[in-house]
Formats: sequence, structure tokens, C-alpha cells
Amino acid sequence: MATVALENLKKSFGQNEVIHGVSVDIEEGEFIVIVGPSGCGKSTLLRMVAGLETVTSGIVRISGRSVNDDEPMDRDIAMVFQNYALYPHMSVFDNMAYGLKIAKVPHIEINERVSNTARLLQLEEFLKRKPRELSGGQRQRVAMGRAIVRKPSVFLFDEPLSNLDAKLRVQMRLEIKALQRDLGVTSLYVTHDQVEAMTLADRMVVMNNGFADQIGKPLDVYANPQTVFVAGFIGSPPTNFLDASQFAAGPAGGTIGIRPEHIRLSAKGRLEAWVTSTEPLGADTLVHLRVAGGSLVTVRQDASAAIPPEGTSFCLDWNESDTLFFNAEGKRIDAASG
Amino acid sequence: MEKRVSFRGIWLPTALVLPQIIITAVFFFYPAGQAIWQSLYIPDPFGLSMQWVGLGNFEFLFADRFYRGSFITTAIFSILVTVVSMGVALYLAVLADRLIKGSGSYRTLLIWPYAVAPAVAGVLWLFMFNTRVGVITWYLGILGYDWNHVLNEQEAMALVVIASSWGRISYNFLFFIAGLQAIPKSVIEAAAIDGARFWTRFRTIVFPLLSPTTFFLLVVNIIYSFFETFGVIHTITSGGPQQATTILVYKVYSDGFVGQDLGSSAAQSVILLAVVSILTVIQFKFIERRVHY
Repeated sequence: MATVALENLKKSFGQNEVIHGVSVDIEEGEFIVIVGPSGCGKSTLLRMVAGLETVTSGIVRISGRSVNDDEPMDRDIAMVFQNYALYPHMSVFDNMAYGLKIAKVPHIEINERVSNTARLLQLEEFLKRKPRELSGGQRQRVAMGRAIVRKPSVFLFDEPLSNLDAKLRVQMRLEIKALQRDLGVTSLYVTHDQVEAMTLADRMVVMNNGFADQIGKPLDVYANPQTVFVAGFIGSPPTNFLDASQFAAGPAGGTIGIRPEHIRLSAKGRLEAWVTSTEPLGADTLVHLRVAGGSLVTVRQDASAAIPPEGTSFCLDWNESDTLFFNAEGKRIDAASG
Repeated sequence: MEKRVSFRGIWLPTALVLPQIIITAVFFFYPAGQAIWQSLYIPDPFGLSMQWVGLGNFEFLFADRFYRGSFITTAIFSILVTVVSMGVALYLAVLADRLIKGSGSYRTLLIWPYAVAPAVAGVLWLFMFNTRVGVITWYLGILGYDWNHVLNEQEAMALVVIASSWGRISYNFLFFIAGLQAIPKSVIEAAAIDGARFWTRFRTIVFPLLSPTTFFLLVVNIIYSFFETFGVIHTITSGGPQQATTILVYKVYSDGFVGQDLGSSAAQSVILLAVVSILTVIQFKFIERRVHY
């Protein structure tokens, strides 16, 4: 187990800076999820921790020691790749034992550690098979096993679930969470899926265009997004944004955001809107409306409420305390200071 | 799935395959058949009459010390050419694969020698190693080594191996670099994280994953060194000294066209034909199965 610290980490490819100074302090055994859309630099950030990319400036510390100049093998990390990166010509056993053999661990111990890990991941019956004879979910487990068996002090996950189908993804998500809790190994997990981020993370880092927009506990980030980007990216369906100028309390040139579940459809309220379509999802219903200014708003209402027919007009209402105010630069501000 | 095209008549498909059949028949089946036919006869020196000898030509060949020697020469030559050309090509491909900047121009330059005809390559190397005016011979002389491939059998063999391998390196290089680039980068990265340094990664990951390419090149290079090296040997050593570089295909030529023993020459081509057939069977049996992972 180890702490990991990123200190003002920057990365450039040629003239092009893709990561503009990210700082995070990760505690022992913490599960950190780095989340953001594709191209935001989240994978590059992880690869810098792994030692697969050089650090342009800043420091990567593992257990307090700068590892900037260390080779990947000297950092005591293990990584799970998006395409699993299993060795195609080796059996599952050899895939998992590869790192231990190189580290010259005695044979008896290798056997013991691999079979323990295989039992943990329910891979015992597949040990003699080649990766191509396994399903996607089994390959994913082998990739996990290869990381676990080496007992590293840090796990790095690079979108490990994105090649699986939706059902398997939910199942593996729960297993990864349980495993990480049992093993207590400090983990960095990169994903573009905000649901994965919300459910797995002890704390999450929301990346946007090479900046860490917000770092915090999932529910804090959800309740208190610090930028327009975070408010729009975390949560599904995303936060509704409205031009702030139509409201007295709003900041000049800024926007206000309201989560879909915080809006009520009522006879009188702040804004008039017409229903354009509805999506009944069973437990709740999404109602899409168009407001007078032309912008679209989504409201999540409980399944017990009647589903409004298209074209009905409503007034939208919400509590003042649920309103998120953002200035013209997209940063969160208090309503009073606007 | 296989795509099957069906034709209504018989004329169009016939017309489409006819040119290839004619070429194969005229330039392959007819001479091959004639060789088999001639291998059973001994013609007189003026080509006016032929005498039936059955398998006499073959009996004579296998009893011939020089012919058996030529088999061994061919084996040594083929193995050396294959090992040298593949070894150097793999080394260069690994280096070029690691390079990011300027790898394109390196690759282009490394491919050029393949465009040089074997006979021309032979002459190039012959000039450089010429016993009187060759530049390399001269430098070796300064270093105190007296190079003379005209008299020394080992040096003659070394020279034809170098000249034959040179152009072949480019061909092998192309296949190796394609094979290396087909290995997913993340697999190499995973091995690096697992603690394998460059040489360990090469030995345990890269080389095994390249094995289909390597096996394909092995068979192709052996066949190359059996036949297409004729031009190199002809221009550099003419099979000498003391038949030290007379490989099988060169003996077919020298016995038949220089020694005018057409019957023996024909018998030798038949034996070579059998050798090629065996190599081709091996090629189809193993490569077809192993190239596609």
C-alpha cells in the first residue's frame, strides 16, 4: 500500500500541451476515479503515473518518493488495460505468473499465489486455456488477476470495463469495488462513464481539456459542481442550463443550472414551458420541455405522477436552494455575489 | 465465407484461365516433362542420337562424390544465407521499430537492395572483394589479412553468402517490421510493467509473437537460397574454387551447359524438382496453418 501524489503535473506532445497542471493527493488504500470525456487527458495522466509517458513538468510521487525517472517496472505498480493486453501465446496461468517469474519468485510460491488469485476471481478451471479461448469477461478477470497476483502497492485501471457489454459491466464494477475494498490497495481508475465514476470512487477527479475541474467525493461533486462542465458531465440526464439574465437573482452573462429531479411541473412558477416528449423509464419518467426562450429542459418526475401529454403547457418551479449559479467563465458562484 | 462466382457458359471461364494455363504449360510443364524424359537417356555429344539408360543417370549421380558434396555445399550455403539474412533483418527491424523520428526514410533505404538483381549484386560485391583492386581486400590487407576467395574455399563461400544475403535482408526486413508493428503496443507495455526489460521482452513476448512471420520467411529463404542465388554464384565464383561453392542448381548448369552432359543435367533437375516439391508441401502444410494466429 502506498500514497500517490501528483504535483502540478503537465504534459506536452511537441508544442501542444495536453495536461495543464494537475495536483492530487491520494491516501493509502483510496480508490480514485479520473473521469472525463474522450480527449480530456485522463489516460495520459494515468500513463504518466505508470511511467509509460514521460512527465513534461511536475512530480509524480509514490509513497513520498519521486518516481519521475523510474522505469515502469521500478514503480511497484500494476496496470489493467482497456484491451486487457494479455500475452496471446501464453496460458492464463503463464499470463498471471509472468511478472512473478521475472521477479524470480520461487516456483512453489508462484503456484500458490496464482492459484489463490485464480480462486478469488473464479478462474481456476481456465488456468490452462489461452486468452483467445476465453470470453470478454473472463479475459477481463485474467487481466485483473495478473495485476493482483503481483501484490503491487498501486493499481492503475485504464477503462477496464469499456469493452464489456452493459450487463457484465455492472457485474464487474461491483466485483472491482469489492476486491479493491478487500485488498485495500491504492487505486487510480480512468473512465469516461460517469456512472462508473460515481459508484466506484472514494473521490473522483473530473477532467476537462487537460484541467482537473473538480476533485471530491462523488455525492459532493454531484450536489456542488464547481463548473458548468462538471454540472453537465456528472449526472444523467445532465443538469439543465438556462440563461441567467431572465432571473432576478442570476449573475450577469452567466448561466443557472437545475438538476432534472429538482424541477416541479406546476400551475404557477418561474418559467412557462411546453411538453415536447416523454420517456417513461419505469421507476421514473423523463419529461422534455421547451421553454419560451427556445432552450430545452428535462424534468425527472416520479412514476406515480401522471405522464403529461405532448403539447401541454406547464410552469416550471424549483427551490432557490437547488439553483446552481455560474458566472460567464463557467465557474460556480454564490447567488449573493452575482 | 468463400465467395463463389458462377458462369453460365464454358467459353468465358476457359478464355479467362487459358493465358495462365498456356504460360504454365509452355514454360513449366513442357520443360519439366522434357527434363524427366531426358533424364532417362544419354545423348551423344553432337545431339544427333539418344540412348536409353533407364535410371542410369541417377545411379551414376548418387555414386558421384562431387554430386553428394554439392548437396552438403547447398545445405551449408542455404543455412548460412537464411540465418545471416534473417538475423540481420530482424536486428534492423527491431531497431527501426523502436525509432519514431525518421523511421520512414530508414525503411525506404533498407528496402532498396531488394531491387538490385542478383547478378548485379554479385558483380558489386565482386568488385569490392576483388583480389587485386577490391577496396575491402585492400583494407583487409592493411589489417594484415590476405583475402583471396579465388583460392580459399572458405573465403569463397563467405563471399557468396554475403552477396546472396545482402539483397535478401531487405525482403526479410519488410516482413519483420510488418510483424513487429502487428504486435499490440499495450502487450509490450504490460510486459514492461510486469518487470521485463528490453531483452526479456524480446525473448518472451516479441519473438514468440513473431513466430508465424519467422517460419514463413524461413521456408521462403531456403527456397530462395536454393535457386535464385544462381546469378550471384555465377558472377562471383562460377562454383569454384574446387567446386566449393557449386550448389545443386549451379551444378545443373555447369554439368549440362558447360560439361555438355545433358542426361546427367536433366536427372539433376528432376532431383531438384523433387526437393522443391517437398519444400512446397512443407510450406503449405505448416505455413497455412500457422501464419494466421
